[in-house]
Amino acid sequence: MSRGPMNRHKARRWLGRLGLYLSALVLISPAVLVFLWMASLAFKNEVDNMAFPPVFVPNPPTLANFVDVFEKNDFLTYTINSVIVSFGATGLALLVGVPAGYGIAKAKMQKSAMLILIARITPGLSFLVPLFLMFQWLELIGTLVPLVITHLIITVPIVVWVMIGFFEGLPNELEEAALVDGATIWQAFYHVAMPLARPGITVGMILAFIFSWNNFIFGVVLAGRSTRTLPVAVYNVLTFEQVSWGPLAAAALVVTAPVLLLTLLMQKEIVAGLTTGGVKGG
Amino acid sequence: MSANPIATGPMGGEQAARLARGRRNYARQYWPFVVPAGLIVFAVILFPWVFTLFMSVHEWKVTGSTSFVGFANYVHLYEDERFRLAVVRTIYFTVLSVAAPMVLGIAAAVCFQSNFFFRGLARTIFILPMMATPVAVALVWTMMFHPQLGVLNYLLTSVGLPPSTWVYDASTVIPTLVMVETWQWTPLVMLIVLGGLASLPTDPYEAAILDGASSWQMFRHITLPLSWPFIVVAAVLRLIDALKTFDSIYVITLGGPGTASETINILLYQTAFAYYDLGYASAMVVVFFVLILLISLLLLNVRQKQAFQ
Repeated sequence: MSRGPMNRHKARRWLGRLGLYLSALVLISPAVLVFLWMASLAFKNEVDNMAFPPVFVPNPPTLANFVDVFEKNDFLTYTINSVIVSFGATGLALLVGVPAGYGIAKAKMQKSAMLILIARITPGLSFLVPLFLMFQWLELIGTLVPLVITHLIITVPIVVWVMIGFFEGLPNELEEAALVDGATIWQAFYHVAMPLARPGITVGMILAFIFSWNNFIFGVVLAGRSTRTLPVAVYNVLTFEQVSWGPLAAAALVVTAPVLLLTLLMQKEIVAGLTTGGVKGG
Repeated sequence: MSANPIATGPMGGEQAARLARGRRNYARQYWPFVVPAGLIVFAVILFPWVFTLFMSVHEWKVTGSTSFVGFANYVHLYEDERFRLAVVRTIYFTVLSVAAPMVLGIAAAVCFQSNFFFRGLARTIFILPMMATPVAVALVWTMMFHPQLGVLNYLLTSVGLPPSTWVYDASTVIPTLVMVETWQWTPLVMLIVLGGLASLPTDPYEAAILDGASSWQMFRHITLPLSWPFIVVAAVLRLIDALKTFDSIYVITLGGPGTASETINILLYQTAFAYYDLGYASAMVVVFFVLILLISLLLLNVRQKQAFQ
């Protein structure tokens, strides 16, 4: 008598599992499709890339497109530029942003926190008109300085925002004990709060780096021929090689591969940071 | 990280407020921590805002010739048909780019909340689009949209559907760009809502199961109302990000065909850095910024209410 309902219950649970796996598959397939197609285009030769119906699996895979990108389009210079700009802007942001997050969290400076939030909300383009003029007057256009400075618009708010959330989550007791023992607030910050907040600093650093690396708009306006960052360089491959898909996809893969790898390796930190108020640069 | 990061965010909680009252005497000592970051924020964020206001009441060419014109730029903006159309397109693009990622993002959050084999890997793959370099991804989409050789039309026709014109026709260009935006930003909605779902109590569900409620009833009457504050935060963030969209539209269409996908951001870019009409562009920035500021006030309001709920 009890066998009927039991079986029905089992069947329903089994169907539920199946539905779950199917929906997960449906949800991730657009991402998989686009990234696999990028890789497919990057590793195929030009004939296969222009074939119709499309060839999906590179056979044999070729590195010619990557050679093309680095030799003809000088991607080595642009990679170095990107590394300098992103590391510079992230390093500076950590230097000023970690103490700022601490100060805002400890002193409950709500207005400063709001200012940071508004910076997150303003379109990057709206900073560019006056800054472009300013850099022109200072004759800095054509160097990497304007890029590092404008990338601070992305990295500083991210680091400060992540650190505020992190320092607020730390218990006060340890620092208070240090203060009672005669430490200055700087010592309490440097020797007590900072070591505890190391995971938060990692989160802020990764997110600031990724969104600086990905930034396009500041570079497209402020970079000269030799100071292009990778996203700008990739866009330029598009304008010059409209018909040549292999190098285009290879260039796209070169730019985005470091970020994708970082995401795969550090997904826990990234998820933690992104849920803290939906940090996003640009 | 705390279990409920949004509610315990920088706006503080009740407990934090109590602590702050006790520590008020110390508050002043913490200003030096903020000064270096404050200087940078002043130089690269506040100064540009003020200078933009100043520029917006001038006729300002990049050659250096400037003259005070009062509100002429704003009057021009009001009469400018091209700007008006850009506003309409921006609204059209934004509404769709909020709605689609919200629906999909909530569905994805519910899916990723359940425990299943490979869930961690699936979730990581799911968030890759929002971390990938937007320009690189936009390039791949551009190649996929190619009317004759593109893989998307091949896939459509191979399952018996008619090919689409994608970004090559005025009627399909904005929905196509919305599709790219949805692909890229649904993960952020998913993450915020998933954070909310993780903080929900389990008792209501246990009671509902005892009462024989169906999964849909539990979602509709328990999950949705309880995670509503998180859904609102996700929606407001999505709204702001959709208004800011630049990279993908610039790379894929540059506002085309014709001006069919020219949003405020694209028109702003063209005015400032293709026509070098910096005064007029500044007026556009001011109007656009006021619009976004109004929305951001809404966001702050929501966050504050959440913190003290």
